[in-house]
Amino acid sequence: MELLSNIFVTPFADMIGAPDFLMQVIWEGLVSGVLYALIALGFVLIFRSSRIFNFAQGIMVVFAALTLVGLHELGLPAWVAFAGTLAVMFVLAVVIERVVLRPLIGQPDIILFMATIGITLFLVGGGEIIFGGENKVMISDELGIPDGSYEFNPFDGFLLLEARDVTVVFGAVVMVAALLVFLTYSKMGRAIRALGDDSTAALSVGISLTTIWVLVWFMAGIIALMTGIAWGSRAGVSFALEIIALKALPVLMLGGLESITGAIVGGLMIGVLEKLFEIYWGQPLLGGSTEAWFAYVLALTVLLFRPQGLFGEKIIERV
Amino acid sequence: MLYRTAGQYKTTYRSDQALFPIRQDALLLGIILVLGWVVLPLTASEFVFQTLLIPVLIYALAATGLNLLTGYAGQLSLGTGAFMGVGAYACYKLVTIFPEMNLLISVLLSGVFSAGVGVMFGLPSLRIKGFYLAIATLAAQFFLVWLFEKWPWLYNYNASGAIQVPNVDMFGVWVAGPQATSTSQYYFVLIVVTVLTIVAINLTRGNMGRQWKAVRDMDIAAELIGINLLKTKLLAFAVSSYIIGVAGALFVFMWRGAAEPNLFDIELSFRVLFIAIIGGLGSILGNWLGAVLIVALPVILNTVPDWIGVDIKSATVEHINVMIIGALIVFFLIVEPHGLARLWQLIREKLIHWPFPY
Repeated sequence: MELLSNIFVTPFADMIGAPDFLMQVIWEGLVSGVLYALIALGFVLIFRSSRIFNFAQGIMVVFAALTLVGLHELGLPAWVAFAGTLAVMFVLAVVIERVVLRPLIGQPDIILFMATIGITLFLVGGGEIIFGGENKVMISDELGIPDGSYEFNPFDGFLLLEARDVTVVFGAVVMVAALLVFLTYSKMGRAIRALGDDSTAALSVGISLTTIWVLVWFMAGIIALMTGIAWGSRAGVSFALEIIALKALPVLMLGGLESITGAIVGGLMIGVLEKLFEIYWGQPLLGGSTEAWFAYVLALTVLLFRPQGLFGEKIIERV
Repeated sequence: MLYRTAGQYKTTYRSDQALFPIRQDALLLGIILVLGWVVLPLTASEFVFQTLLIPVLIYALAATGLNLLTGYAGQLSLGTGAFMGVGAYACYKLVTIFPEMNLLISVLLSGVFSAGVGVMFGLPSLRIKGFYLAIATLAAQFFLVWLFEKWPWLYNYNASGAIQVPNVDMFGVWVAGPQATSTSQYYFVLIVVTVLTIVAINLTRGNMGRQWKAVRDMDIAAELIGINLLKTKLLAFAVSSYIIGVAGALFVFMWRGAAEPNLFDIELSFRVLFIAIIGGLGSILGNWLGAVLIVALPVILNTVPDWIGVDIKSATVEHINVMIIGALIVFFLIVEPHGLARLWQLIREKLIHWPFPY
């Protein structure tokens, strides 16, 4: 009985008892959810246009952030370093497309997936040689990201929003909007969607596969840079960031592999729910650090009922 | 010339279906077996045992387990590391609860536990397919490693949270723990690995293996011709996890000597997956070729700087190794996406008429 009450009654009583704390937890969850969603977006873009399950997105985040900080350390002004990083990500996209993807066109999915793990290892090793393994500080002040915090007093309580987090959320919303506009209205964006819908038909009307792949990987690189700035200004830049790529997998599965809406909704859901679970159930009942697996178990549970994810395309199988 | 099969007539179906219908193959295997059972153990140094021979055997076994599931039955798994962990912890508990039990039995029994866990996490495979299934095994991966850390009973309430392999003897010879010699450990591993490999080869050639392949190629079509998907998929998970669990028990008891939960994290899963894929999915031979490559590569790369007389910091060497391994994975995938086993097949075909052009 006591166990049942601990599971079903106490957590909710705690939530109602301290609504300001609950709001704080939800806010923290939302902010990390935004970052999960950003990484998942990079995945979705690449998956839609090429059916490649890009494991390297996580290391691209680290690599972009390290390049930005590294260029700034060389004495370049922040915005020049930013532009330089974009150039590096473009070169990376071209090289990946030419060297790795083009020879592997038409191979089974799992081979391409493995190839992106190969890219990951290569970038991990290369990044550590170039930038060194130690933790670096993101140049958030130089990029004009505000410091400080806002305080609110809802329900006679206390709620603290870091200005950086607010900027991150705001920036993410702007970027997603820009991305959607690009995909919906521009010629290139339509080409990307066409490739995602039916690659053979898209090729037959003259859409260049290789150009689109470079473009998509470059866009994933831009998203990676944004994610790197956002996450780096919260927690510093280090190779530990790479593991958030693994967090993006359940986000994708939950939302559906093809869906941009799914990536965003899935990211926010997982961000908030895993924080809530950790605070109200994980720490008191299970000894903590449930965030390591909660996202996967949640995604698994959802998939059992909707095998294509919440927003994925319905899977139709024919013999 | 070397692989000429002319003159090797088959007069019965039985001999045509034999495991090694070509005489040269049987001869080659015989040489490898003599090498593995007699020559290498007599000549190898401690260093070679610990960095090459024992890990190659154990990784090849783990990759065989994974390959049955991913290569033969077509179910992608990213949770190999955790299943190895289940085997290792089960073996540790068995050895500490029943200290007088023969270690061979404990190791073989520990696979049963990981098979059970594997079936549990394999259940979603009936509804979830392809990459989506990876999430089920990833859930297993992260949940189990978390459990290894948070469930003190598993490591007998040690203060360190790690498991230490006790001294275990079989028929008066120390086979596990600090007192065991590398030779006895090597033979122990070799016996288990040889038996399980033979079992795995025969499973894939038999009825079960054919059902797995049918499910891999198209599971709806397989169901239509009367294959029970539930039974086939779960059996694949069970057999695969059993072998992986035994490999995990050997991994800790015969090689590492001690284990912390994070030894079984996702990097181990990926390493085994690399071995299976670079070796060749759907090939038992491939696991061995892949294991030799992945285990030997870092060892060789570490000796190269000394060898050419360049003085590089060991941390840098480490990073360069990671880079080279990443590049090699991509390289091998581009050269031969079907893995080293397929490469060997091509070489063999060339050798049939080598050195003549036709």
